[in-house]
Amino acid sequence: MSSLLSNEQPQSSPGGRRPGAILEVRDLSVDYVMERGIVRAVQDVSFDVAPGEFVGIVGESGCGKSTLLFAIAQLLAPPAGIVGGTVIFEGENLVGLTDKQLTLVRWRDMSVVMQSAMNALNPVLSIAAQFADAMRAHGVTSKPEIAERSAEVLKMVGIDPVHLHSYPHQLSGGMRQRSMIAMAMLFTPDLVIMDEPTSALDVVAQRSMMVQIKELQQQFGFAVIFVTHDMSLVRHFTDRLMVMYAGQVTESGGTRQMFERPLHPYTVGLMEAFPSIHGPRVPLTGIPGSPPDLANPPEGCRFAPRCPQVMDRCHTTAVPMQTLDGEQVRCLLYENGEVPG
Amino acid sequence: MAMPRTLGGGPGAAGRPGTGGPQVLVPAGGLPTPGAGITGARSLRRMVRAITANRKATTGAALLLIFSLVALFPGVIAHDDPTAEIYASKLGPSAHHLLGTTALGQDMFAQVIYGTRPVLEIALGVGIGATVIAMLIGVAAAYLGGLWDSVLNLITDVLLVIPLFPLLIVISRYLGVGGAGTEVMIVVITATGWSYTARQLRSQALSLRNRDFLEAARVRGERPLYIVVVEIIPTMTSLLVASFLTNALYAVLFSSGLQFIGLGDPNVISWGTMLYWAENNEAFQTGQVLWIIVPGLCIVALGAAFALLNYAFDEIGNPALRPVRSMRGKRVQPAQ
Amino acid sequence: MRFVLRRLGFFTLTLWAAVTLNFLLPRMMPGNPALAAIAGHRGSLSPGALRVMEAQFGLNTHQSLVAQYVKYIGDMATGNFGESLTTQPGNSVAHMVLDAIPWTLGLVGVTTVLAFILGTWIGIVSAWRHGGRVDSIMPPVFVIMTVVPYFWLGLVLILIFGVTLHWLPYFFTYDFTLTPGFNGAFIGNVLQHAILPGFTLLITTIGTWVLTMRNNMITTLSEDYVRMARAKGLPGRRIMLSYAARNAILPNVTGFAMSLGFVVGGAILIEYVFNYQGVGYLLLDAVNNDDYPLMQALFLLITVVVLVAILLSDIATAILDPRTREAS
Repeated sequence: MSSLLSNEQPQSSPGGRRPGAILEVRDLSVDYVMERGIVRAVQDVSFDVAPGEFVGIVGESGCGKSTLLFAIAQLLAPPAGIVGGTVIFEGENLVGLTDKQLTLVRWRDMSVVMQSAMNALNPVLSIAAQFADAMRAHGVTSKPEIAERSAEVLKMVGIDPVHLHSYPHQLSGGMRQRSMIAMAMLFTPDLVIMDEPTSALDVVAQRSMMVQIKELQQQFGFAVIFVTHDMSLVRHFTDRLMVMYAGQVTESGGTRQMFERPLHPYTVGLMEAFPSIHGPRVPLTGIPGSPPDLANPPEGCRFAPRCPQVMDRCHTTAVPMQTLDGEQVRCLLYENGEVPG
Repeated sequence: MAMPRTLGGGPGAAGRPGTGGPQVLVPAGGLPTPGAGITGARSLRRMVRAITANRKATTGAALLLIFSLVALFPGVIAHDDPTAEIYASKLGPSAHHLLGTTALGQDMFAQVIYGTRPVLEIALGVGIGATVIAMLIGVAAAYLGGLWDSVLNLITDVLLVIPLFPLLIVISRYLGVGGAGTEVMIVVITATGWSYTARQLRSQALSLRNRDFLEAARVRGERPLYIVVVEIIPTMTSLLVASFLTNALYAVLFSSGLQFIGLGDPNVISWGTMLYWAENNEAFQTGQVLWIIVPGLCIVALGAAFALLNYAFDEIGNPALRPVRSMRGKRVQPAQ
Repeated sequence: MRFVLRRLGFFTLTLWAAVTLNFLLPRMMPGNPALAAIAGHRGSLSPGALRVMEAQFGLNTHQSLVAQYVKYIGDMATGNFGESLTTQPGNSVAHMVLDAIPWTLGLVGVTTVLAFILGTWIGIVSAWRHGGRVDSIMPPVFVIMTVVPYFWLGLVLILIFGVTLHWLPYFFTYDFTLTPGFNGAFIGNVLQHAILPGFTLLITTIGTWVLTMRNNMITTLSEDYVRMARAKGLPGRRIMLSYAARNAILPNVTGFAMSLGFVVGGAILIEYVFNYQGVGYLLLDAVNNDDYPLMQALFLLITVVVLVAILLSDIATAILDPRTREAS
């Protein structure tokens, strides 16, 4: 494997790596300019990702998690745009860089896996051509090298390299999805961002894909940011978890800790909506109401209208993030860093 | 209980109460689902709102309105009889004759004004006629399926492929020496032109065939005719409107073309026939520039009205095509 | 392979339909004016031509319809179209048509290809720069360009460049005081005469290409695979062409052939206005002179050309889009 393809010599971060985190997101905000006004889909999101960490981001549809993901990868397009904050990846702020400048980082150090491979793969190019594209864009031009690496990554995900010359529509759904993951592995990047990669699959295929991803992660040591609305997946596969609601992070911390002791009422609601198949039988509950209109976000806590533990103050006071036992939670119940007695 | 929005709209659009269930978030670029269900009266209201919001649509609608008024009340605007050859010929524009007179001593302004009605009649006739036929055939093919579908499809495709204008020429010629009057034009153009939109309507009808709301109607026990008329057709409103506009546009262009080469009835006063007479009287060589330019401009204006409306409807249906609002001063990310 | 066979089948079927239409048309019209015309010119026709026209138009009612049809198909297949009645009495129709074809092919062929390429390119670039100042004023301009009647624009251009400014010739295919030949002067003259009609055709047809390509491109640019291409760090040009344009152009390629029907119509009018001695002009000449055999032959020829173009574009689509190759 040539040095261009392995990740042993990072060539893209001029400032060197900060100890600890490979990704630091600070106060990131994203606006959509719509006809009816400006919608702030992501509001002041901050979090870190350490090398090799598997971070899950969960929330309902519309909470801004996919937008956040694309904002991090600098893949937003009009009418969406980043309006504030920084995304420091391996020492460099990606926000504001041009596509040309981003080429150094893209795919080599950070790659993306999207929700539907049928939509994310170019229908008129063969798989091989799409792999070759990525490699040629980063200086690998020798045909044998391209062919060898393409076959290699396909084998990594359990696909016979003979399928390299197929077109996306000729592969099965599961194979397509796995070839997207293979494509993301071409340069064994430091961070792989995944936007609901298993949503399009059936339950069995889902699990097998998650296991595959986890294996690859353990083998190559890359970090993963994994967006989903499926709590059961994050429970078994993630190290850390971030819950989003209405464009803000409401709670974040270690996965096991959060499942054992959810703090934010919304998190509690989510957990209860996905009872474990092994646990005791509990009545299936949901969270009544619906998320706020982000063109006119409410003052105060955004979850207040639906919160079973709401207090009067919640409607009027903007809620800052509190830190509590290594976890972060955005809720007035935990003001002053204390658990209410 | 709020309905899920599928056109435009940002996050936080009305969702279903109960579980923290899925709502519809439109990603950057906002593509609506194909054949998005906008039914009946709501769609009419939506359309009106959409028209007033879109500049192209308002221009088109305004032009159309003006032409319609002129067509309905020509006598109010032009005071001369367009066919009377009583004036001195080849006069330039003046207070008496706003556009001057033709080589035959007719008032040109009156001709242009009175000439509006036949053109609009043809546009309307063909627009509606072709759309109705296309709808019947398209929906029937999609709904009946099987052999019917194949046969109807084949007929549509064959007609689609045969070049229209030469066919029109040949047919018009055969229809006799007097030339094709307005009614004949309408029939002939409709009969040859419906196939284009029939195809589009059929594919939309096909995509609707298995939609849930139709299944619900079937399960309720509604008869097929009811389903077709009350459920399917209103949903296809936007395509039907587009079909009307397209067919009207082509009717205007084709009929003017036929009239220009002399296959129309030369005694009918219409923009196309005016151009025919202008050509016959060697208008440019004799400097009667207005005779050539004005009727043509009218055709362009009316055509533009239909085309702008059509284009605007395209934009309304597909938000991605709309003009992009700038995020000047707000965006941190540079343009590509 | 199956795909090509199916398209060939459709081609043959439509061809048959057009030929049959040609056969039935004169018989369906009130009074069958063709018969009257032929009767009037009987004297100047050769017996061979007369026989051909009997089958074409049903002159000899002693024969059954079926027999006439069979003979007619035979004649068409062997290129036997009879003789011109009035335009060039006695001259073989096939001959006249062959003389006119090169002019039309040159004018329409070159202009259409040019309009397609130029229009598509403008559409691609304008969509790529969606939101720029140029892109916001362009669409309405092109929309209006598409509704300008072909013949009227021709007249206006003649008025400006021919009659008023005397810059360009606007009558006939070449200056008839020159003797035709493959020399520079003649060819130059031909090209000069082709400028105005060509330009007219270009302006009136380019608008559609620009608009449809632009709209398709804009839709395609919001697809996930384009976003993925950006994520991979591919150079802008590659994304624009191999990912976006390559997908966006597919409907245009099919549309190209479909629109040929309209282009042909436009070409007819333009040839008429400029007296350009092509197939369109000949058709109108025939129409004005009640020259039915010539008219029929030309209609058939035009239809065949359009059908061939559609077949070619279908094959092109199959080459460009792997999905259609397997569509059932």
